[in-house]
Amino acid sequence: MTTNFILAPILMHMFTAIVLLFFWQKVLIQKIISIVGNSIAFLLCLRLFEMTLSQGYLTLQLGGWQAPFGITFISDTLSAIMVLLTALVSLAVGIYSTASLNVSRIKYGYFFIFHFLIMGLLGAFLTGDIFNMYVWFEVVIISSFILMTVGGKKMQMEGAIKYVTMNMLASVIFLTAIAVLYGITGTLNIADIANKISLVENKGLVTVTSLLFFVGFGIKSAVFPLYFWLPSAYHTPPSAIAAIFGGLLTKMGIYAMLRVFTVIFQPDYFTLTLFSIIAVLTLITGALGTINKRSIRRILSYLIICHIGYLIAGLGLNTELAFVALVFYLIHDVIVKSNVFMISGVILKMRETVDITRLGSLLKDYPKFSFVVALVFFSLIGIPPLSGFWPKILLFQESFKQENYVLLAGLIVASFVTLFVIVRIWSEAFWKISPKPITEEIDHFAPFSLSGKIALIAPIVGLAAVSLFIGLNANSFIKLSEKAAYEMKRPEIYINNVLGSKE
Amino acid sequence: MELLLVILVGAFYSAGIYMMFRRSMVKLLMGLLLLGNGANILIFLMGGLTKGKAPIIRPENSKFLEVYADPVPQALILTAIVISFALTAFAIVLLKRVYTTTGSDDLDSLNIQDLDI
Repeated sequence: MTTNFILAPILMHMFTAIVLLFFWQKVLIQKIISIVGNSIAFLLCLRLFEMTLSQGYLTLQLGGWQAPFGITFISDTLSAIMVLLTALVSLAVGIYSTASLNVSRIKYGYFFIFHFLIMGLLGAFLTGDIFNMYVWFEVVIISSFILMTVGGKKMQMEGAIKYVTMNMLASVIFLTAIAVLYGITGTLNIADIANKISLVENKGLVTVTSLLFFVGFGIKSAVFPLYFWLPSAYHTPPSAIAAIFGGLLTKMGIYAMLRVFTVIFQPDYFTLTLFSIIAVLTLITGALGTINKRSIRRILSYLIICHIGYLIAGLGLNTELAFVALVFYLIHDVIVKSNVFMISGVILKMRETVDITRLGSLLKDYPKFSFVVALVFFSLIGIPPLSGFWPKILLFQESFKQENYVLLAGLIVASFVTLFVIVRIWSEAFWKISPKPITEEIDHFAPFSLSGKIALIAPIVGLAAVSLFIGLNANSFIKLSEKAAYEMKRPEIYINNVLGSKE
Repeated sequence: MELLLVILVGAFYSAGIYMMFRRSMVKLLMGLLLLGNGANILIFLMGGLTKGKAPIIRPENSKFLEVYADPVPQALILTAIVISFALTAFAIVLLKRVYTTTGSDDLDSLNIQDLDI
C-alpha cells in the first residue's frame, strides 16, 4: 500500500528538533518539548507498526517518481519492528536524560542533536534506496559525533577521536561499495539492484562487493576484527548518550547488514562460513574482554560486542528459524542494552563511581531499585522466562541442527561468560558491603527532587517491564519474528512491493 | 581516460591508507580526506564516462539512448562532497580541541584512558 504516513515519525523528530532551536538557552522548555515530541513520535511509530502488520508492506515513492528512478521508502515487518524499538528507546532515554544530564550539556543543544540522531535512525530503517541509506547513516554519525563530544572532557575527546575516525572510514568503505554496486548494476534502488544483480556474470565481483558492505557495516556494528573503537569510546560520554549508542547505533549496522544480505545478495557458502567464523570470534573476544574489567561501563561495552556475535551467528546460519531467533534477539538486545547503560548512569549518580571494586551495599540501600536491576540483569543473561532466553534457545537449536558445533560452542561460552560477569557485577556492587562509608558528598542521587528521581527511575522500570512482557508473551513475539523472517527469506515479496507498485 | 582515472583512484586510496597509519592526527585527517576523494572519483568512474552527450533524453528519441551520459553519479558525488565537507569541518574542530586539551598531535598519547581497566 502506498502511503505518506511512512514519513510521519521522521518528520515528527525533525519538527521537534527545529522547534527546540528556538529555545536554545531555556532548559525547562527544551525538556518539555523533547518529551512531548518523543511521545507523539512514539504514538506515530506505534501506528506505523500496527499499519505495517495489518496491511502488509507500506511503500512511498518520493516526489511521485516511479520506483527505480525516485527514492523509495518502504516499511516491512523488520523495518517496522526497528522503528518501534527506536521510538521506545528514544522515549525512555529522552525522559531519562531530562534528569541525568547537567544543564550545560543541554544548553549546548543536546536535545536538538538527539532528535536529529533519532530522525536519522528512523530514516535509515525506512529507506529503500542504498544511497539514501548512506545519507541517513551520515545524518546519524554526525549527530553521534556531536553527542559524543558535547561537554568536552579530556577522556571524551580521546574516545571521540577513535570513534570519529573509524566511523568516517566505515562511511568511505560503504560509499566505495555503493560505487562498485552502481557500476555493475546501474541502479541504486535496493529492489531494482536485487533484480539486476542476478544477471551479473562476474560472480566474484559480486562477492567482493558484498564483503565491502560487510566491512563497512561491520565497523559500525563492531564485529570481530573491527570492534576496537567501541570499548575505548562508549564508556566516555554521559550514560544517557551511551544508552542510545549502545542500544541503537550498533544495531543500525546489523539492520543494514540484514537488508543487504537478504534482499540484494544471496550469501553463498563462502560468505556464510565467513559469517560463522566472525560470529564465533566476536562472541569469544567480546566475552573475554569483559572478564578483567572493573568499570561497569567497560564491561557493558564489551558485552555489546559479545552480543553482536549472536546476531552475526543468526546471519551466518541463514535459515528461516535462525532469522526468527535473530529478529527476536534484536528486539531483546535493543531494549536491554539501553536499559543497562541507564542503570549504570543511576549507579554513578548514587555512588560517584562505576568501578565494581569500590561499589557496594546497593542492595541494602536501594532494595526496590536493586530488584528492577536484577530483573534486567536476568533478562540480559537469558534466564527464563525473561526476554533473552527464547532467542538464545532458538539459536542453539538451529546451530545444533546444522551441525555447526564450533558456533554452538561459541554461543554457549559467550552465554556463560555473560552470566559470570553479570553475577560478578551483582555480587560486587549490590551484595558486598561497601568498602568505604557512603557520605552525603558521594550520593548525588538523594538531592534530586521527586520528579527528577521519577525521570531517572521510570524509564528503567518501563524498559524492564517491556523485557518482562516480551518474556511472558514470547509466543506472540515469536510469531512477529516469524513474520519478519518469512519476509527476509523471500526477497521477491519486497521487490514486487517496490517495483510492482505501478499498478 | 578510464585508465588514468583507475590509476588516480588507486593512488588516492593507497595514499589515504598510508596517511592514516601515521601517528600525527592531522595526517590521519588528511588520509580520511584522500580516501573520501578516492571514493568520489570511483563513483564517477563506475558511472561510465561519456563525453559530450546529453544526460537526459526524451523517450521518443530512443535511438540516442545508447550514448546518453548518466547524470546520477554527479548527483551522488555532489551529495558525498557536501557530507564530507561537513564531516571535515567537524573533524578539524575536534582535532583542534583535542590538541588544546592534550597538548599533543601524537595519536599514541591518546591511550592514557585505556590503561586503567
